[in-house]
Amino acid sequence: MKNERKRTFLLITIPILALFICFNTIPLIRGVIYSFTNFKGFGNYDWVGFRNYIDLFSDARVGKSYLFTFKLAIVSTILVNVVALLLALALNSKIRAKSFFRGAYFLPNILGALVVGYIFNYFFTYILPAVASMIGIKSLSSSILSNPDSAWIGIVIVCAWQAIAMNTIIYISGLQTVPEDVYEAGGLDGATGWKQFRHLTFPLIIPFFSINMVLCVKNFLMVFDQIMALTKGGPAQSTESISYLIYNNGMSGGQFGFQSANAVVFFIVIVCVSVAQMKFSGKKEEQL
Amino acid sequence: MIKKKVNWPAMILLILGLSTIVFPLYMTLIIAFKQPSEMTNSISGILSLPKVWSFDNFREAMRVTDFWNSLRNSLVITLVTVGLSLALHSLMGYALGRNKAGSKFYSFVYLFIVSGMFVPFAILMMPLAKQTAELGLANWFGVIILYVVFYMPMNILLYSGYLVNIPMALEEAAKVDGASTWTTYWKIIFPIMKPMHATVAVLTALAVWNDVMTPLVILAGSDQNTLPLAQLNFQTQFGTNYNLAFASYLLSLIPILIFYVICQKQILNGVVNGAVK
Repeated sequence: MKNERKRTFLLITIPILALFICFNTIPLIRGVIYSFTNFKGFGNYDWVGFRNYIDLFSDARVGKSYLFTFKLAIVSTILVNVVALLLALALNSKIRAKSFFRGAYFLPNILGALVVGYIFNYFFTYILPAVASMIGIKSLSSSILSNPDSAWIGIVIVCAWQAIAMNTIIYISGLQTVPEDVYEAGGLDGATGWKQFRHLTFPLIIPFFSINMVLCVKNFLMVFDQIMALTKGGPAQSTESISYLIYNNGMSGGQFGFQSANAVVFFIVIVCVSVAQMKFSGKKEEQL
Repeated sequence: MIKKKVNWPAMILLILGLSTIVFPLYMTLIIAFKQPSEMTNSISGILSLPKVWSFDNFREAMRVTDFWNSLRNSLVITLVTVGLSLALHSLMGYALGRNKAGSKFYSFVYLFIVSGMFVPFAILMMPLAKQTAELGLANWFGVIILYVVFYMPMNILLYSGYLVNIPMALEEAAKVDGASTWTTYWKIIFPIMKPMHATVAVLTALAVWNDVMTPLVILAGSDQNTLPLAQLNFQTQFGTNYNLAFASYLLSLIPILIFYVICQKQILNGVVNGAVK
């Protein structure tokens, strides 16, 4: 009997594990191997040792893409969490047609990021400038996407539009875990408004805050679809995210080996950021 | 308890905020119905209702993007991936969840697969493009296999987390009755995990349906398209005819909108469960 159970579990585990190794572990190892070569994606290649990695740190374009991606991730994460928390508080308060509003505010999240990007692309290129010139704002009368200094703002807006929906719904489920009598007891001690939020509500929903932080940062660091739809990395390579650069130059730009090295570094960065976030949020929860 | 009054300031803010969601959709809708001659550069020209509500743009967009083909590919890929995920990931979640406490091998396999969540697609993309081509998997079938592997870490985490709540006594009772582990799983455990199946199905379906990168990398150069991929190709070929483009965007959004209207509750629950667990 015992053996039958053991054998069944092994028969389940081995093939599925093999599938996982074939299409996740092996490509990962191959990626690491390619990063030590000058492979162009076709033809012969030579081993180049650590040259790709050394070149990475002196490559201005790669450096720029890391700066851009982190700027996007940090700004979007802050913006998304502030707006989502406010929205969640409003959606969780005593309002009419609650489920309609919740459904409507979640809608952006289910739409494909690429098509959403195309729709906003038109909005930034034609509608926003037309509105701006009508009411006389000179600085906005040309598309923000065509200006290297402002194109990233457009991407932040599109990323935020979809991510806010997701984070709001998570904050709402957090707010629902706060029992009503906490507010009543707090009310007796004079905790209302901002005080109530700062000292009662927020500490109780910190686990949900950490989930949102982790989700946001990870998704924004890997941003791709929005870039593809809005700017294709331009103007003047000012909006190339790391994923976009790896895709663009690695798949069709003949930098297979070099961009593999970039991807390995990116992988390490993602792991470090995730581990740091989990350590940090674990500590915060312990303190409570 | 005192019944609180309706919070009108919050209501008003919410109604105003709704415009940020309604406006892009309204814009998509009217531009999709208009003719290029109706598109002027003034605000009223852009935002007024079309003169005639004609479906010509949609018919033309369907023809140009080969809509029915892409829709079929997207549906097949999504449905098969979800089906395989429910079957394989729940089985694996069961095997690992039940054994990882007492066995070094299983706890290692569990950690090994779950840590796959940290691997960004960017590092797998180039080797996978090569590998799928070598194996003759640069087609929709290859895309499905990749999805089953990519969503495995997340789904196994969800399933084995859910298993903690299912008492071992259930399985032991079945064993006493002489059922094998395999039958016990499909007859007893699999049906009990229904709430988690809903979560996994929703999360996997949404992710697969909207994904661009995997089909872009794997299917490039083949004549197979998914809906998002069709939009991408359309954009590079006919990007300047905005009316046609928006008709095509709207077409690609309609299936998921219908799905959302029908299963809104399950989707919201699924997404929250998936994130919070």
